[in-house]
Amino acid sequence: MTVLLGLASLVVHVALMLTLAPVLVGCIRWMKARLMGRVGPSIMQPWRDLLRLTRKLPVLAENASWLFRAAPAAAFAAMVAAAALVPGFALGMTTAPLADLLVIVGLLALARCTLALAGLDTGTAFGGIGACREMSFAAFAEPAMLLIIFALALLAGSTNIDAIALVVREGGVGSRISLGFALVAIVAVGIAENGRSPVDNPAAQLELTMVREVMTLEYSARHLALIEWTAALKLLLWMTLIATLFMPFGMAAPESGPLVWLLALPIWWLKLAVLAAMLALFESTIAEMRVFRVPEFLGMAVLLGLLAVVFLFVSQGFV
Amino acid sequence: MSRRIAAAGSVGLCGLGCLFALAYLLSGPGSITFTLPFGLPGTPIVLALDGLSGFFLLLLMAVGLATSAAVLDDSGNCEATAPFFPALLGAMVLTLLAGDVFVLALGLALMSLAAFALVLTCHEEPEVREAALLYIGMAILGTVCLVLAGAQLASSAGWDWRFAAIRAHPPEGWRAGLVLALALVGAGSKAGLAPLHVWLPPAHAAAPAPVAALMSGAMTKVALYVLVRLLFDLCGPAQPGWWGVPLLMLGAGGAVLGALRANTEGDIKAALACSTVGNMGLIVVGLGLALAARGADLSTLASLALGGALLHALAHGLFKSLLFLGAGAVQHAAGSRRLDRLGGLIQCMPVTTACVLAGAASLAALPPSPGFAGVWTLFQAVLGGPRIGGFGLQMLLVLVAGLMALAIALGAAAAVRLVGVAFLGRPRLPRAAAAEEAGRPMRMALIGLASVSTLVGVFPGAVLVLVGPALRRLLTTDLTNRAGLLSVVPQNNLRGYSAIGIAVLLGLSAALVVLLVRQRATPGHRVGPAWDCGFRAPPAWLPFGDPLTQYGGASFAQPLRRLLGTALLAASERVDTPAPGEVRPAHITVEMRDPAERGLFQPVAAVRARLSAFAEIIQALTLHRALALMFAALVLFLAVVALMEPF
Repeated sequence: MTVLLGLASLVVHVALMLTLAPVLVGCIRWMKARLMGRVGPSIMQPWRDLLRLTRKLPVLAENASWLFRAAPAAAFAAMVAAAALVPGFALGMTTAPLADLLVIVGLLALARCTLALAGLDTGTAFGGIGACREMSFAAFAEPAMLLIIFALALLAGSTNIDAIALVVREGGVGSRISLGFALVAIVAVGIAENGRSPVDNPAAQLELTMVREVMTLEYSARHLALIEWTAALKLLLWMTLIATLFMPFGMAAPESGPLVWLLALPIWWLKLAVLAAMLALFESTIAEMRVFRVPEFLGMAVLLGLLAVVFLFVSQGFV
Repeated sequence: MSRRIAAAGSVGLCGLGCLFALAYLLSGPGSITFTLPFGLPGTPIVLALDGLSGFFLLLLMAVGLATSAAVLDDSGNCEATAPFFPALLGAMVLTLLAGDVFVLALGLALMSLAAFALVLTCHEEPEVREAALLYIGMAILGTVCLVLAGAQLASSAGWDWRFAAIRAHPPEGWRAGLVLALALVGAGSKAGLAPLHVWLPPAHAAAPAPVAALMSGAMTKVALYVLVRLLFDLCGPAQPGWWGVPLLMLGAGGAVLGALRANTEGDIKAALACSTVGNMGLIVVGLGLALAARGADLSTLASLALGGALLHALAHGLFKSLLFLGAGAVQHAAGSRRLDRLGGLIQCMPVTTACVLAGAASLAALPPSPGFAGVWTLFQAVLGGPRIGGFGLQMLLVLVAGLMALAIALGAAAAVRLVGVAFLGRPRLPRAAAAEEAGRPMRMALIGLASVSTLVGVFPGAVLVLVGPALRRLLTTDLTNRAGLLSVVPQNNLRGYSAIGIAVLLGLSAALVVLLVRQRATPGHRVGPAWDCGFRAPPAWLPFGDPLTQYGGASFAQPLRRLLGTALLAASERVDTPAPGEVRPAHITVEMRDPAERGLFQPVAAVRARLSAFAEIIQALTLHRALALMFAALVLFLAVVALMEPF
């Protein structure tokens, strides 16, 4: 019975992640438009864009190889696998034993490396600049992410997401302060990884923002649809990860039935709405950063992660 | 002809050795020692095989099998020095099977000499000769240090050179510290541990590809075996925990330095060799953590750290030799190993590219590759490290964790750079466009290594079971309850990493994607010129487009070179722009220096040069001065004899 419940919650979770991802992007665009005084597109516009792209015929460059054709599907598969591991509204899904934070970071790296290779495949300068900047920013984001994982693993004794969520729910004051540092750090890392302002502007391809959008400049039609869906899924995955790790209240306990899920789902959506509103506000108030200043931004995240860990050592008197 | 015989013989013997090592590790009859009837006067040669040497023997035989098959291929230009290849394999086997210090030193010396001969295969080029000279100098230094360490250990045991006797009398106090220092310098320099790694990139780049694959994949692991044997086994289990601290620091520093240099080298083999330095750093971090945990009596943590280090050693041996063999195939097919002369090889060398992609995924530590399994286990050990206690050690572990993550992310960037610039994109020279697929033996070697690599990646628990005898021998606890066929967990009752689960999940996700695309999207595609933001087509005299409009090795590394290279590698760019009115092109020159070369090797080389200049005065003495020198030497010796008389 528990196996069936776990499987059912997993299927519902993956289906919701896939359908909600473009809706989330639509919500953020709508909120940014309203903040700038525009009416803004409807929140279902990204879905309409995806369906429109699937109707078109892709145009491939003459020297594109099998890697170019396979990369969007491979990156999307890695992202779906990562989305299946991060719990949103229910703990104790079937994939809970596999949901290790280091594995999720590895799957995100797999998606990133696949798209970077695809950017280098057609031999254009734009693909090269996007790929090289993407890999360089990741080189600075990974130490910050690992220090955050270190702090969480010290608290929970494990890097499994379910275990961390259960421990954070009943943490004490000392851990709350270091969790606060870790929260700011993971928000900074999330902004850098998802290519949001001030690291990269998802809506433009100007020199200052040549990271993610130009890496996939040569793609069209269904390949581009998969890549845009992957990017939206990545944003939803990061928000869900932040919500599960740092705000784990309101999640359905393991082995609870569909009635409890019906209560947990709106709470999850509420957390996502709050995070999306904060992101829209932050993006509307801050300017784009010079490319060579991004490591300073991520260095701030590294320092905050370091502070979180040191605070844990000092406050909990770690033996 | 001799090359074929030597290679075929090596392939057969390595295959048998692989099966023997597997059977030994799985059946576990315990340590075997046998004494040969000849040897030094008074001490016969002793050979020994136990869990640790059995594991490294398995790794050596697997890498040796693949590289011997590559030597069989007609492309490696190993003709002149082919007989030294089985000699190198034999010397490494002798080192692994050593049961006393004499055999160990003999094996190491023969290994260095055979490798020196193999590095000199293309001796017509001056860089190859310089690289070989640097290599043999460092190898002699390393062997001398290891002999001194062995002598110190044997003297504590009453001048009995056998390992069994040394184990019964472990060193203490300053003697143990001396053994640690000598082992780090000796075995560390052979393994490529920073800061004694400067010889590694030139030597591995100069050697032919199968030899470089064997050196990077197996020889560095034999040096690691010597380090583990000395520090964990022969010095006894009672050494203090601070022994782990120098290994942690040197390992973390070397990991970052190697990975950063792998991003900035313009030659595929030099970049892969720098990446070997980086991965050796990661493995030594695991060894250091195991030493520190053993000193604090945390044997579960120590076994996790040592198991992770050995797992990563096996994974690295497999994927690094795969990548070197791929580089050799590329060098033979496209005529160059420099990144600015390659490109677009995926079109003409599909099998090689697919195998190199598998190796590069492991280099970048992407799940479910074996590189990720090793890195995951090492991270779990470091995350559990604060239990050892001591605020200083805990802060060091946090620093080490951050540096490890930086090294792994830099390794991923290096992997994407190497594969993307050499194999993808447009050919930069017509010679690269005319490349042909590698020959049959080389393809077999590449496919074999890629499949074994994938198998190890999907079942890392099986490798940790094979490491069990070694762990039981050195630390008395192994990973039996924590490593199984399905998953690896850091501690009992915890969840861990299930590689087969992740692989199945990825497969199901890929099936879902294919289903969605088939169901909804318009099938088929059209082919046209690349969009490139609307740039016009290249002129007719550049059939593959202008190579300068494509990102190359140097341009891909520019952000990292500017951000990290100015601090760590003293990278500097000099731009020479023409004055207004001149028609010559602008030039940019980039200079980088390895900090170990600047800080350690150049001062030592300067001192050596001054000493030898001083000593050369003897060659140009006049007759009076020579006679006076001989007279003074005689007087000195007589005075010494007179002074020593009362003792």
